[in-house]
Amino acid sequence: MSVPRDSLSLAYTLVRGEFRLELEADLPMRGITGIFGESGAGKTSLLRCVAGLERPETGRLAVAGEVWEDSASGTCLPVHRRRVGYVFQEPRLFPHIDVRRNLDYGRRRADGERVDFDHAVGLLGIGGLLDRMPDALSGGEAQRVAIARALLRAPRLLLMDEPLASLDERRRQALLPYFDRLHAELDIPVLYVSHSLDEVCRLCDTLVVLGGGAIRASGPIETVLGDIDNPALDAGVSILHGSVTDYDRHYDLSTVALTAGHLRVSGSYGIDTRLRLLIRSSDISVCREHPSQTSILNILPVRIDAIAEGSASTVQLRLAAGPDHLVAIVTRRSCTDLKLGVGDRVYAQIKSVAVRGAAFPPP
Amino acid sequence: MTAAAWGPLWLTLELAAITTLLLMLIATPLAWWLANTQSPAKSAAQAIVALPIVLPPTVMGFYLLILLGPAGGIGRWWVEITGEALTFSFLGLVIASCVYSLPFAVQPLQAAFESLGRREIEAARTLGATRLDAFFSVAAPMSRHGFVNAVVLSFAHTLGEFGVVLMVGGNIPGETRVISIAIYDQVESLDYAAAHATSALLLVIAFVMLLAMYVLNQSLAKR
Repeated sequence: MSVPRDSLSLAYTLVRGEFRLELEADLPMRGITGIFGESGAGKTSLLRCVAGLERPETGRLAVAGEVWEDSASGTCLPVHRRRVGYVFQEPRLFPHIDVRRNLDYGRRRADGERVDFDHAVGLLGIGGLLDRMPDALSGGEAQRVAIARALLRAPRLLLMDEPLASLDERRRQALLPYFDRLHAELDIPVLYVSHSLDEVCRLCDTLVVLGGGAIRASGPIETVLGDIDNPALDAGVSILHGSVTDYDRHYDLSTVALTAGHLRVSGSYGIDTRLRLLIRSSDISVCREHPSQTSILNILPVRIDAIAEGSASTVQLRLAAGPDHLVAIVTRRSCTDLKLGVGDRVYAQIKSVAVRGAAFPPP
Repeated sequence: MTAAAWGPLWLTLELAAITTLLLMLIATPLAWWLANTQSPAKSAAQAIVALPIVLPPTVMGFYLLILLGPAGGIGRWWVEITGEALTFSFLGLVIASCVYSLPFAVQPLQAAFESLGRREIEAARTLGATRLDAFFSVAAPMSRHGFVNAVVLSFAHTLGEFGVVLMVGGNIPGETRVISIAIYDQVESLDYAAAHATSALLLVIAFVMLLAMYVLNQSLAKR
């Protein structure tokens, strides 16, 4: 069995009654990989297999060149010897010991490998909670403690199973910036299970779409979102990366340079900050000529790269802007009127650009 | 309180303490297995464990007498090894008490382990704990009210045991004459004053133990 050192290679068959999980994937050992799908798609089962909490019918798992499981040769590391940090949907803190001892639990069992305690505590902003008992924490605080506890285990791999799902919207928004920081400051690959496209688009670099226990799409998130021919994921959103080159204080607009062209977005982010931009397909319209009098600030020259059927009244266009891709939804009528075809050079008008994750490191 | 009552009292406390200690060692893994197994043998095992609750002590005592007696399976084996009989000895009493009080140790523990679920255990395992480590560092402390109940109920139940003791142990002073037997003796010999004193003592001990259990459980629940 070949074991590439820079990848997470897995293959599982798991049967539980009617449910069947059967998949094979090679995932990068860097950044955040989103495992996205409806409930019942097999996301949690996959994560539990990787952690060793499920006994699959057949399984193969190699993490950065180390074989953790290979049913063909009878290899199967028990849960406690797999160096994973598992963040469950609920915090699952140990109720009989305080926060500090919860954090120490995995740290003392990390075989001498040490993650800096103060760094992990600072990263998640839980310095003031160390002497509290778990039942004296709010849901968001408890989940931050659970994440820090997983980090202090010195894991090779972080497994996160909808860590925001048990929180209300306000707490979820409050916790998301901590994930941005983890993403920016840590060098641990993360498998992040979610059924929220919003979370996935904000956080993930790689995307695996699960449906009915099988992989429906996988790859770099920009590519998967731009794959308009694959019906598994109709995300209706595109991701672009760029860095801030200018800020107009008068209008509170930042200019973001892309590989091909630039966009203006609301707010101030600091010059040279790398930004992840989310653009809804319905916020993009297409013109043959460069529009002269329009309220829309962002106009990019693009080439139509693919056209796919949408609903009865719409079609999806994939627009190439240099190496980047945008997905636009236009009416079938407009597509016919403008005689749009693959290879045509047109202008994309972008009505609004949402900025997510303002502090990403350069890829 | 006559000096004669102290002998049986000490013997009883010794028996109860040793029985409770042994039961914790036996009942903990048994209760853990019952709480977590999906084996078809589970129902049968639960029924066997619960038998001492429904059977008259004389029935339990009778079978134990047969089994532990020099002609019985365990008794004969013991005689071959040590040259001594198990029946009408302190050790035989300990064995009989363990069997008789088993459900009072297993059931509270099983209930506590069942209400625990798998969540925290799984978290402990992913944090690097072996199964045994996860049990002692997470499952056991989280089930402490179950242990308190099991210890108190086993101890108190052994304290008050009469029928099985009489069948298996008889009434040998310093060896098998426990406090409940002593009371029976005192009543038989119409020594009501002594019977009053001994009974009151046992009553107070039982009450204090149960009170301690409930108080402790209430304070554990608050934590």
